[in-house]
Amino acid sequence: MAGVSQLQKQFVDYKASLFQEGVLDEQFDQLQGLQDESNPNFVVEVVSLFFQDSERLLNDLTKTLNQQGVDFKKVGANVHQLKGSSSSIGAQRVQRVCIAFRNYGEEHNIEGCLKSLQLVKHEYTIVKNKLETLFKLEQQILAAGGIVPR
Amino acid sequence: MSAVRMGLNGDEKPHVLAVDDSVLDRKIIERLLTNSSCKVTTAEDAHGALELLGLADGQQNFSNTVSDVNMIITDYCMPGMTGYELLKKIKESPTAKEIPVVVVSSENIQTRIEKCLEEGAEEFLLKPLRQSDVKRLRCHLTKDGNPTDEGMLCVGR
Repeated sequence: MAGVSQLQKQFVDYKASLFQEGVLDEQFDQLQGLQDESNPNFVVEVVSLFFQDSERLLNDLTKTLNQQGVDFKKVGANVHQLKGSSSSIGAQRVQRVCIAFRNYGEEHNIEGCLKSLQLVKHEYTIVKNKLETLFKLEQQILAAGGIVPR
Repeated sequence: MSAVRMGLNGDEKPHVLAVDDSVLDRKIIERLLTNSSCKVTTAEDAHGALELLGLADGQQNFSNTVSDVNMIITDYCMPGMTGYELLKKIKESPTAKEIPVVVVSSENIQTRIEKCLEEGAEEFLLKPLRQSDVKRLRCHLTKDGNPTDEGMLCVGR
C-alpha cells in the first residue's frame, strides 16, 4: 500500500487537476472551509445531496423533453434548480451547460434542449466520478493514518 | 478590523429563519449561520416560513411558530410564493415588519434587486453565499425587532 505522503501528494495533484480542468471552482473550496471537527463529513454530505438532486432533475428533464408537447416552463424550472445546485457545490462545467440549456428552453428550442441535456449528463457524470475518486483518496489517506491536506 | 457589537445580550445567539426550496442550499446556509454563532430555523418554502412566523392566511395552529426571529434570509426564486412576495407579506405585517429581511438570488438582475430593496429588504445578495457575506449580515440583526442603538458598524463590501 502506498505510503501516506505518496497518497497525500496524489490527492493534492488530483484535486489541483480538477480545478485546472474547470470541473470544480472556488465554491468547492468554500465548502471545504465549512468542514471541521464538529462537522467532519460536511462536504461529502453536501455532495451527496447534489448527486441525489441532480439525478432526480436529469430524470425529470429526460421525461419532459421526450413528451409530445414539451412543457418548457417545467424544463426551465428544472434547469434553474440544477444550475443552482451545481453552483452551490462548485461544479462549474455543469453550471455552464445549464446556462446554455436555460437559454434554449426560453427559446423553446427542442433540439438545443436535447443537445444540452446530453451535454449536462456528460458533465455531471464526469464531476460525479471525479468527486468519488477524490473522496476515495481521502479515505485512503485517513485509513493509512494520515491527515487530508487542505 | 472593525468590531461589530451586537445589540443582544452577551450569551444570546441571534435567531435566523432561512427560507430556500433547495435542500442543498438550506444545508449550506445553516452551516454558514451556525458558524457565525446564529441559531437557525429553516423553511423550504414561503408558506412554511409564514406559518413559522404565525402569519399564514387563516392560520389556526400556532404550536409550531418560532419566537424571537432576529433576521430572515430568503431565496428569491421559489415555487409558489417567491421570496419577493414573502418579503412583502412580512413588511405588511404589524408584528413582523421590523424583522430585517435579506434576499438572496443566483441571478444578478438589476430590476429584481431594486424592487426588493424598495420593498424594504436590508440587502440583496448573490448566491452562492460565503462565510464573509454571513459575517457581514450580522450587523443587520436586531433584538426584539428593534434596531439596536449600540454602536453597530456595517462593513461595506
